[in-house]
Amino acid sequence: MNPDASTIAAGAPIEVDISPIAEGQDVKVFWRGKPIYISHRTKKQIDEARAVNVASLPDPESDEARTKPGKEQWLVVIGICTHLGCIPIAHEGNYDGFFCPCHGSQYDSSGRIRQGPAPANLPVPPYQFVSDTKIQIG
Amino acid sequence: MSGPSDYQPSNPALKWIERRLPIFGLMHSSFVAYPTPRNLNYWWTFGAILSFMLAIQIVTGVILAMHYTPYADLAFKSVELIVRDVNYGWLLRNMHAVGASMFFFAVYVHMFRGLYYGSYKEPREVLWILGVIIYLLMMATGFMGYVLPWGQMSFWGATVITNLFSAIPYVGESIVTLLWGGYSVGNPTLNRFFSLHYLLPFLIAGVVVLHVWALHVAGQNNPDGVEPKTEKDMVPFTPHATIKDFFGVSCFLLLCAWFIFYMPNYLGDADNYIPANPGVTPPHIVPEWYYLPFYAILRSIPNKLAGVVAMFGAIIVLVFLPWLDSAKTKSSKYRPLAKQFFWIFVVVCILLGYLGAQPPEGVYVIAARVLTVCYFGYFLIVLPLLARVERPRPVPNSISEAVLARSGKAVASIAVALVAAGALFAGTLQDARASEGSDAPPAQKWSFSGPFGKFDRGALQRGLKVYKEVCSNCHGLSYVAFRNLAEAGGPGYSAAQASAFASEYKIKDGPNDAGDMFERAGRPADYFPSPFPNEQAARAANGGAAPPDLSLITKARSYKRGFPWFVFDVFTQYQEQGPDYVDAVLQGYEDEPPHGVTIPEGSYYNKYFPGHAIKMPKPLSDGQVTYDDGSPATVAQYAKDVTTFLMWAAEPHMEARKQLGFQVFIFLIIFAGMMYFTKKKVWADAH
Ligand code: FES
Repeated sequence: MNPDASTIAAGAPIEVDISPIAEGQDVKVFWRGKPIYISHRTKKQIDEARAVNVASLPDPESDEARTKPGKEQWLVVIGICTHLGCIPIAHEGNYDGFFCPCHGSQYDSSGRIRQGPAPANLPVPPYQFVSDTKIQIG
Repeated sequence: MSGPSDYQPSNPALKWIERRLPIFGLMHSSFVAYPTPRNLNYWWTFGAILSFMLAIQIVTGVILAMHYTPYADLAFKSVELIVRDVNYGWLLRNMHAVGASMFFFAVYVHMFRGLYYGSYKEPREVLWILGVIIYLLMMATGFMGYVLPWGQMSFWGATVITNLFSAIPYVGESIVTLLWGGYSVGNPTLNRFFSLHYLLPFLIAGVVVLHVWALHVAGQNNPDGVEPKTEKDMVPFTPHATIKDFFGVSCFLLLCAWFIFYMPNYLGDADNYIPANPGVTPPHIVPEWYYLPFYAILRSIPNKLAGVVAMFGAIIVLVFLPWLDSAKTKSSKYRPLAKQFFWIFVVVCILLGYLGAQPPEGVYVIAARVLTVCYFGYFLIVLPLLARVERPRPVPNSISEAVLARSGKAVASIAVALVAAGALFAGTLQDARASEGSDAPPAQKWSFSGPFGKFDRGALQRGLKVYKEVCSNCHGLSYVAFRNLAEAGGPGYSAAQASAFASEYKIKDGPNDAGDMFERAGRPADYFPSPFPNEQAARAANGGAAPPDLSLITKARSYKRGFPWFVFDVFTQYQEQGPDYVDAVLQGYEDEPPHGVTIPEGSYYNKYFPGHAIKMPKPLSDGQVTYDDGSPATVAQYAKDVTTFLMWAAEPHMEARKQLGFQVFIFLIIFAGMMYFTKKKVWADAH
C-alpha cells in the first residue's frame, strides 16, 4: 500500500523562480502534495530568529542551520504543522512567524516551534539555489 | 445458540432442510424460544435498535456506492449528483449520514447502560470486550465514511486523524505514508478509505454475530443484576422481547426521521459543503460529534505523543473495565455511591464533547484537562476504590421478586431523555461553526423554514433574475441544470420556458469532427455555465479571492449559534443559518467602516462577514434589477429573493423531503402506537 510509481514520479524535484517575492512576502508552492512556504524575510525577522538562545527552544536548532549561508533572507519550510498536519498561517502569532489555527501551535520566523502542542520545528525540505533567483526543491 | 432446540418444522420442505442444516432450529432457539429476563427495561431495546441501524447503514451504503465515484476530483460532485439526480438519492444520503450519527447515539446509550447495570461483569467479560471491538470498528468506519464526500472537513479531518499515527516513535512517519499511499492525503487515500469503508461494516456484522452468540451463552444481564434462577424469572423472547423491541425501534426511528427529514444538516458541518482544498485549512477543524470527547482529550494534553496515547487509552481502558470494577453487585441500582459517580461520569463525557468543539484556548483547555483527569479517574481510581469501600444495598433474591416489588414506570420518560440527551450531545457541533468576530446575522422569516415550508415561487423566479443579471457575472452555479428550473418544487417554469431560458446561454461543446471546440445554444440538460474557465482565472480577475460557486453557498455558510441556542434548534427545527447569513452579507455593506476599524486596500467593510473585510464589492443597489411583478426593487427584497433562489439551488428536493417526512411521521406514530398496545397486551400477565 505504499505510494505507487506514478505518485513517486510526480514527486520529482521542482524549480521555483523566487525573484518576484518581495521582502516581507512569501509564496506557497506545492511539492509532493505538500505546501512549501518560501519566505523572503525582513532584516527584523532574521535578527529575531538569530537572537534567541537556541538551547532554550523546544526543538533546538539554530537559524543558521535552517537557511543557506549567504542567503539568510530566504526561509524554505514545509508548511505542515508538525502536530497534526494543518497548514499554519504565515505572518501570524506572537513570534513573527507562523500560527497553526488547528490547535494553536506557534512557530517563529525561522519556522521553529515556540509554543503549542507541536513537537518539532517545521521541516526544511531538501532544496538548493540553482541561481540567485531560482531554487530547486527536492 | 443456547443448546439444542427441540423445534421441529411441520412443513415437509423445511423439515428436509432442517435435517441437513438445523438453521430453523437455531433461529428458533435464539430468537423465539430464547428465555429473556422478565425485568428488562427499555434500555435493553438498544441492542435491537443497533442491529437494525447496522442493517440500514449497510443497505443504504451499498446503494450509495453504486452511484458514488471515489476519485478526488469527482467525489464531491458525485455526492451532490446523488442528492440531486438519483431517485430518492437525497433520502438515501440523509439516511446514511444521519443514520451514522444515530448509530453512534444508540451505541453510547447501549454502552452507558452496560456501565450502569454492570453488564461487563462475570460471566460477560468477553461479551463486553467484543462490544468494545465493535465500537472501535465503528469509529474507524465512521471516520472513513466521513472522508468520502471529500469536502473541507473530510479532507482536513483525514489529515489530522491520519497524522495521529505519526506520533508513534520511529515507525510513525512510514505508517502515515502507508495510510496515505502518497506524500499527503490525496486520491490514493480516498480510494483506500472507500474500499475499507465498504469492508468494515461486514466485519462489524461478523463481530456482532459473535457478540450475540456470547450474549446467548452468558444470558442477558438485567436491571437488578441477579442471575435468573427459575422459569418464573424468564419470558420467551418471542413475543415478549420481539414486540418490545419493535416498539423501541419504531420510537427510535421517529427520532431518526426528525433529523433525516427536517434537519439533515444539523449533525454535519457547513464546511463540508465546500470541496476539499489542500491549500486552505479551515479555521476550525472539528470531527463528527461522536468523536468530540476523545478529541477534547487529545487536545488537552500539550505533548503530541502523550495526547495520542491518552486518546486511544480513553477507549482501550474500557477493555479492562471488568477487572477494574471488581464489585460483586452488578447493578448500580443497589450501589448508592456507584450510581452517583456514574451520573457524574456521564456529565463529564458530555462536557468533554462540548469542549471538543470549542477552540483550543484559554479556559477551554484548562477545563478539558480537568475533565480528562476525571475521565481516567473514574476508571482507574473511583471504580476500583468503590469496589472496596462501598456497601451495596441488598439485592433481591430473584428477578420475579424484583418485578413484584417494582411500581410501574413511565414509558414517556425514555423518549424525553432520548431527545434531550441527543440534543445536548449532538448540538455541541453547532458551536464549532467558524465565524469568529462577526455579529450574528438577524434571523429572517423564510417561507421554506419549518416542517411544512415551501419555496415562494415568485421569490424563486425573481431570485433567478437577480442571479442572472448580477451574481452570475462572477459566481458560477455549476450544479444546477436548466432542466431543474422546470422540476417540481422549483421556480415553477414549464419545460418549454426552461428550454427557452437555456437557449439564451452559449455553451462550449466539442470537440467536433474537425477536432475543434465550438459554441452552441444551451439545452435543458446543460448546467449553468461558470463565468471563469478555472479557479485561477477567477482568482486573478478578482484581486486574489476567487468568487465561490453559489450552488451550495446557503449550506456551506453558517455562523455560531452558541449555547443554549443549538439545543433549542433541535426542537424548533431551525436550519436557516445559511440563508440568514447570505441575506445578511448581501445587505451588510457600510460605506464607512466604524471608528477604529481599518479595511485593507481592495476590500470592503461588511458587518456580517467574518473579519469584516470582504473582497466582493457591494453587489446590489436599489433599482438595479427591474421586477415585472411589482415587487419593490430594493436591496432588501433582492437579497431575500436571491437567497431563496440559492437555497433552492442548494437543495432542489427540499419540498419533497419535508412532504415525505410528514407522511413518514404519521406512519411511524401510528405504527409505534400499535406496537405499544400490542406490547401491553403481550406483557399483561408477565408483569
Ligand atoms: S495541527 Fe497544528 S496545532 Fe495541531
